[in-house]
Amino acid sequence: MSGKHVAKDQPTAFEFNEVNLKRIQEILKKYPPERKKSAVMPLLDLAQRQHDNWIPNAAIKKIGEILEVPYIKVYEVATFYTMYNLAPVGKYFVQVCTTSPCMIRGSGKIVNLCKKHISEKEGKLSDDQKASWIEVECLGACVSAPMMQINDDFYEDLTEETATKIFEGIKSDKLPKHGSQKGRVGFEPNKRLTLVKN
Amino acid sequence: MPKVKVDGIEVEVPQGATVLQACEVAGKEIPRFCYHERLSIAGNCRMCLVEMEKSPKPVASCAMPVADGQVIYTNTEMVKKARQGVMEFLLINHPLDCPICDQGGECDLQDQSMKYGVDKSRYELNKRSVKEKYMGPLIKTVMTRCIHCTRCIRFAEEIAGVPEIGAINRGENMEITTYLEKTLDSELSANVIDLCPVGALTSKPYAFEARPWELTKTESIDVMDAVGSNIRVDTKGWEVKRILPRINDEINEEWISDKSRYACDGLLKNRLDTPFIKVNGKLQACSWVDAFKFISDNTKGFTGDKVFGAVGDLVDVETMYMFKKFFKDVLSSDNIDFRSKNYFIDPSHKANYLFNTSIARLEEADLVVLVGTNPRLEATILNTRIRKAYLARKTKVYSIGDVGDLTYPHENVGSSFSAIGDILAKNGKIYNSLKSAKKPVFIIGESGLSANGEYVLETIKKILKDNNFLNNDWNGLNILHQNASSVGAIYLNLLKSNFLDKLNDDTSKVVYLLGADEIKVKPVNKFIIYQGTHGGINSKIADVILPGAAYTEKQGLYVNTEGRVQDANKASFPPGDAKEDWKILRALSDVFKKTIDINSHLILRENLFKEYPIFKEVDELPKSEIDSLTFKNVTPVNGNIKIADFDFYFSNIIAASSKTMDECKKAKQILQKTGTDN
Repeated sequence: MSGKHVAKDQPTAFEFNEVNLKRIQEILKKYPPERKKSAVMPLLDLAQRQHDNWIPNAAIKKIGEILEVPYIKVYEVATFYTMYNLAPVGKYFVQVCTTSPCMIRGSGKIVNLCKKHISEKEGKLSDDQKASWIEVECLGACVSAPMMQINDDFYEDLTEETATKIFEGIKSDKLPKHGSQKGRVGFEPNKRLTLVKN
Repeated sequence: MPKVKVDGIEVEVPQGATVLQACEVAGKEIPRFCYHERLSIAGNCRMCLVEMEKSPKPVASCAMPVADGQVIYTNTEMVKKARQGVMEFLLINHPLDCPICDQGGECDLQDQSMKYGVDKSRYELNKRSVKEKYMGPLIKTVMTRCIHCTRCIRFAEEIAGVPEIGAINRGENMEITTYLEKTLDSELSANVIDLCPVGALTSKPYAFEARPWELTKTESIDVMDAVGSNIRVDTKGWEVKRILPRINDEINEEWISDKSRYACDGLLKNRLDTPFIKVNGKLQACSWVDAFKFISDNTKGFTGDKVFGAVGDLVDVETMYMFKKFFKDVLSSDNIDFRSKNYFIDPSHKANYLFNTSIARLEEADLVVLVGTNPRLEATILNTRIRKAYLARKTKVYSIGDVGDLTYPHENVGSSFSAIGDILAKNGKIYNSLKSAKKPVFIIGESGLSANGEYVLETIKKILKDNNFLNNDWNGLNILHQNASSVGAIYLNLLKSNFLDKLNDDTSKVVYLLGADEIKVKPVNKFIIYQGTHGGINSKIADVILPGAAYTEKQGLYVNTEGRVQDANKASFPPGDAKEDWKILRALSDVFKKTIDINSHLILRENLFKEYPIFKEVDELPKSEIDSLTFKNVTPVNGNIKIADFDFYFSNIIAASSKTMDECKKAKQILQKTGTDN
């Protein structure tokens, strides 16, 4: 594995929109004025959300200016954390969990579907530039394995059919409801409540 | 003060010291990579592990503060094993390319792995490789060798004040880089090469030039500015291969500017190595005898006010003394000046033209007022002290005259002379800060003294006097000179009023330029003698060229802007037929049949010391005799202080001849044009 992939094609300018500028003011209120550089992570997150799930260098510079810290310091943070994307990942960023529990429950099939429906290579944008997928380590939803995360939402209890439906939903911008795709609510046991009875 | 026991030796160290420092007091050597006395503590290399009683694990001594009663062991089996383990980890990804690495022979990693490491590696996987980064024309990067000590990051952020280096990615993928791989925008950037404990950052101009053990090392003094940084000149044969800083806490600590370090390749180029005379408008190489005869033939009958002597910016004290003597004894003249542009100097009292606060004590300042000076360019090393003061106590810095980025925040209060008058009249922002200041510093640059210099100087003296900051405890009056020869020349009283005006009118018949490259001379109806080291504008207009020795090629005294006399040693010798400058003047006096009876450098110095005892006290700060300082009343003036453009990389003839300085200048221009936005 190598360091973070940083996009070669960079937009020349980045501006926070009105709503986010207000949010920045709210975020900055949480920190003492002389330590406002502490707000670097929430601001990077805001930038990522505003800018189609990835942070361009222009945004890093902008954040440096807002927080009055050198650009390299913002850049360090952005490259340190895996959840900041520094290259386009598409409007729908699919993260498929492939750690042991999900693997046992068939995450390999989901990965194959990703290859079929999104792009052949991991981390590559789909042909319509709308989505990309990566394998990730445990997302902490082993009880409903296999699962994947699309942007902020978990899609759990996947089968090949439900996953295909989701990927088709990506293409038509109509994603099914997130959560268990099998209709479970509290992630109760599949058939009967065993623990209490025994 | 806490007492600690190190290997059975009890030592007492100041509160707040670290265990590593305590071990050093006890005379124990602690290996380290990331720790550096002049940088903040990072504690990330783990090489300095020691055993501490009651601690189950070894502790990183560089980051552990001392506490009373600590018992430290530095030579136990645990420490040895810990060091070996750390060393093995550091070497996992470090390439075994010492034979082709420029750091070889002076590499901390090499030395310490010999002393503290194990002789084999157990690592069987592939080593990682890291792409080279571009850090400008001075720093060559081989980032695979980097061990992530982060010294360079801390230097750029803390000392240089250009936080442009950082560590991106994490874990095994961590890499040191500049933001978007830009040139480091600092005049101190090359110091990271010295700081780098491995061969990751090495010197680009010096790449593959020599091995450290092949070089002859000579301790010397830098002449690129008036700070007088202490340097070590490394030579191989005649060639000056590189220049490194020497530690002097009073002046440059352990940094030097990029110009001091890299202008030395200018010593190899564009040199004058044989005398020339102008025949039919063309310069022709000739012998010394012919050149001397040509001079004596063409200067016959011209003495006193008709002869002009201009002293250049890199001339040592002995040469200037000899020059003065030559003018007095041979030409019966005292028509000598060292200024290539007009600015006011009052030689009546030392305090009037020295940097009285001293460079080291600048750190204590709680208010700095810059009057017509840009210390970042004019005296880079001195600027780091102001930055240090700013970091320590948020020292307020005001500038009269627009100076641009100084690496620390400062406030511009316009460039009008009235800004100074306001302080005297107890008005304005600066006065408000001055009221609460305990150790204020006024720094007046050459630009500040160029128009209405007397008004500027006397007003600031009066301000300081009125507020009682001009006494033996604290003297806030400072003149910042730009040239290494300036203060020495003032000590020798090489000043003449209206020198520059008269130089270019009809009265001047003979002009003797002693390394004077910056001065503008109109070559009409004049006989011009140029004695110097490099071909330049003034050597082209000369009728005779006498090739002299550069600062690394002769023993000489230099006086820095504080008035501190320092001895520069001879590291190399002048090229070709060139001679040491005092010898040329001695020989020339023979031709005029008025021999100056000085036949060795030793006798020359004896004469100098006898006539000017002030030069005797080498390396000492001159004594403050502030009580005898006189004051003058001056009338307020109108107008503005204009800070003259200062071309940092081309400020003298050696730097202007240097290829490296040219590259630096170009890199800077590209940086200014594109900024960080591309």
